[in-house]
Amino acid sequence: MKFEEFVCFEATVPDLQSRDRDGVIAELVSSLARAKRLPAKSAAEITKAVIKRETEASTGMGKGVAIPHIKHAGVKDVVAVVGQSSSGIDFAALDEQPVYAVILLVSPLKDPDRHLQAMENVFKHLQSERFRKFLRQCRTPEMLEDLLKEADESPSW
Amino acid sequence: MQAGEEVLEKLVSETVVEIKNGDGLHMRPAMQFVDLASQFDCEITVSSGRTEADGKSIMNMSMLAATYGTRLTIKAEGPQAQEAIDALRELVEVRMFDEPPPKKNANQPQ
Repeated sequence: MKFEEFVCFEATVPDLQSRDRDGVIAELVSSLARAKRLPAKSAAEITKAVIKRETEASTGMGKGVAIPHIKHAGVKDVVAVVGQSSSGIDFAALDEQPVYAVILLVSPLKDPDRHLQAMENVFKHLQSERFRKFLRQCRTPEMLEDLLKEADESPSW
Repeated sequence: MQAGEEVLEKLVSETVVEIKNGDGLHMRPAMQFVDLASQFDCEITVSSGRTEADGKSIMNMSMLAATYGTRLTIKAEGPQAQEAIDALRELVEVRMFDEPPPKKNANQPQ
């Protein structure tokens, strides 16, 4: 599944204000709600569920990226938002390094395959050092959108 | 003569497993797999046919995105190859990553 099919570019947060994990999660969920990709009334509940999931096991897979995610009845299809922090956030990552890019995903309760297809795409691109470097350098929502669309077009990234 | 030392015993073991839990190989099962694989002294590669992954790398394993019913080929090479294959097969097919099989159609009567 291409980034374009599930990433809400309108909700990108290029300069996360929070300095801690839970604050960052809340910021990204609110941004998705503002973009009307999540029901506003569910935002608090979704934030809490993502934090709970993250506390059970960190999605900070290393190399400065974390991919917090949950399933929730409030969405009909997978939706994701990207946030960046120039100062770095402690996500209790596997490599114990700070996280500079956060890709938050909310998937519907049903259709687990769709969730896996979105994750497959995220991880496929995260393998590439060049992609991670460019991801970290994005300073505006437009730059991020260009990067992800370019990645969609060229599988060799 | 050092001929004896040059005879390296190459232990290779391979199996095909099927994903049986309904949610497939999402991040938590992938982590369980990597944690278990990492306990064995051997190299482990996992292939879905389309993609090949290092069985000890969570970044790699998450990329497989193996859905319910997907068949994966697990190959181990090294002194503990057979032990690794046995343990990983048990995790995927018997324990099913401690997760349930797919839900039956919710509309059907119980």
